[in-house]
Amino acid sequence: MALVSVFAALAVVIAKNPVHSVLFLITVFFSAAGMFVLMGAEFLAMLLVVVYVGAVAVLFLFVVMMLDVDFVALKQGFSRYMPLGLGIGAVLLGEMVMIAGTIAQNGAHKHDAPPVPDQSFTNAEAIGRVLYTDYAYLFEAAGMVLLVAMIGAIVLTLRHRPGVRRQNVARQVARNSKTGMEVVTLKAGEGIPEQ
Amino acid sequence: MIGLPAYLSVAAALFTIGVFGIFVNRKNIIVILMSIELILLAVNINLVAFSVYLHDVVGQIFALFVLTVAAAEAAVGLAILVTFFRNRGDIAVDDASMMKG
Repeated sequence: MALVSVFAALAVVIAKNPVHSVLFLITVFFSAAGMFVLMGAEFLAMLLVVVYVGAVAVLFLFVVMMLDVDFVALKQGFSRYMPLGLGIGAVLLGEMVMIAGTIAQNGAHKHDAPPVPDQSFTNAEAIGRVLYTDYAYLFEAAGMVLLVAMIGAIVLTLRHRPGVRRQNVARQVARNSKTGMEVVTLKAGEGIPEQ
Repeated sequence: MIGLPAYLSVAAALFTIGVFGIFVNRKNIIVILMSIELILLAVNINLVAFSVYLHDVVGQIFALFVLTVAAAEAAVGLAILVTFFRNRGDIAVDDASMMKG
């Protein structure tokens, strides 16, 4: 599971075609969800699949396919930045491996015993018990963040094309028989005069 | 049961790959956004691993909020990207210098 996720993540950043990148990203999310299940966090695993694979990855896929971009040109400079990226990556990985090693030596022994899942209630129930009581305000703030993001995305991408005939609902409703209709009396043999 | 350091190593590797991806794909902002998602996923794995091994469900709550913010960030980022593409016709961000002031 871990190997799959790491290699798929590598494929995300070095794939030539961004569509392949998105598909590998989905692989990463699925294997991360599998790891969450292994850890016993089933609720977050399902959330990861629904939110990331179902929404975010599809959004990425949609944008990648909608924008008609020359991806070959975007790949230029890939090899130029490679040494810098490799250097920074090596330093970061080295630091974190050292920290993980320290934890493995010192800290983790206390907690390394397999966590016993409490069978009296499920993981989702445990989360819900805490989330809706102690963290209710934060939960509502998260909803606010999502609302603002939604409105922001709509405002950013909405555009009014000039020259498109639109339905004017207010004018339609404001019409009545007096303004919408004109009664003319015609003499025989004459048409309606041009207005 | 797999030990805590194993999960931490996977998260560290994912985080590193994310940072590496940001530096390597400097021109392609779509891949940069995906790398940010990878980084946030690594953070989430860390949070959930510690939460499970310390028997404290609060870590998972926090991971939930990180997930929320990541989703919102991806939505707004892609919206900005679409607007940017409409205005310029391409999405090369290494020479994005349109800002005034």
